[in-house]
Amino acid sequence: MSAEKLIDPIHQFEITKLSNIEIAGLDISFTNSSLFMFLAISATMLLFVLGLSKRSIIPGRMQMLSELSYNFIANMLRDQVGDQGRSFFPFIFSLFMFIFFCNFIGLIPYTFTVTSHLIVTFAFAGLIFIAVTIIGFVKNGFGYLRIFYPSGIPIFLAPLIVPIEIISYLSKPISLSVRLCANMLAGHSILKIFAGFIVMLGFLGFAPLVFLVVLYGLETLIAALQAYIFTILTCIYLNDALHPDH
Amino acid sequence: MEVEAAKLIGAGLATIGVAGSGAGIGTVFGAYVSGIFRNPSAAPQAFGQVLLGFALVEAIALFALVIAFLILFG
Repeated sequence: MSAEKLIDPIHQFEITKLSNIEIAGLDISFTNSSLFMFLAISATMLLFVLGLSKRSIIPGRMQMLSELSYNFIANMLRDQVGDQGRSFFPFIFSLFMFIFFCNFIGLIPYTFTVTSHLIVTFAFAGLIFIAVTIIGFVKNGFGYLRIFYPSGIPIFLAPLIVPIEIISYLSKPISLSVRLCANMLAGHSILKIFAGFIVMLGFLGFAPLVFLVVLYGLETLIAALQAYIFTILTCIYLNDALHPDH
Repeated sequence: MEVEAAKLIGAGLATIGVAGSGAGIGTVFGAYVSGIFRNPSAAPQAFGQVLLGFALVEAIALFALVIAFLILFG
């Protein structure tokens, strides 16, 4: 029975209240989730305040890192959306940095991964979905509805294609949020399960330990990659809204 | 007890979906490797696309895993 207690991969995702706050019947308590959101934001701000306070021509490590991340997102946005996307840069950049730091802080043992909760990622994805739809209609008027009927398709295929396109459009926020959430959830659960194997096997535990180190490296890659994927897909959706013709 | 057993069997069956993702990741990286041997100078450009493809394919496996978790604990 003790072995079963050791492996509890879901426990790390539990939300605990750090202080009870209730306003007008709404429970808005400060939880560990909110704490780690604050930590992610402070880490982002710390990186940029420390990195850009000196502003030397030959950048130090912190300045290098902040300039690198800025250029990376700026290039991505320019490649995907073009010059029109420049006004969305602050949003895309803060989105990337927030998810990136949430994922990375969650990799430290005994911390909480904010992005492993579907409601957090779905709030992001839903916001992006609604914003992109509004932007599409504002920029193109009712011409935005063309995205449901790609050009060059024979008219008799329209009853088949249009419902498929509508379903695929509506499933965008779901796939966007579940992808990030499931990656974090599965990755961290697997890390915990293998950590449990090490304790269970005793002396033979070095075998899963080696595997765990490799897996941790993979999870670090996944953490960065998923932040990148989330932002690049946001850029692609934004591009669809701004240029529905292609 | 029978429901418990059916849950375990169902969760196990749900993970079959991971096989498709395995084939997909193999295709993505296989195409990348054969691509960079044909045109090594295009490798840095292709790598971003490879990562995107990898993450999109991997997400399908995780959808299957989420379904398995839902059956087990839901």
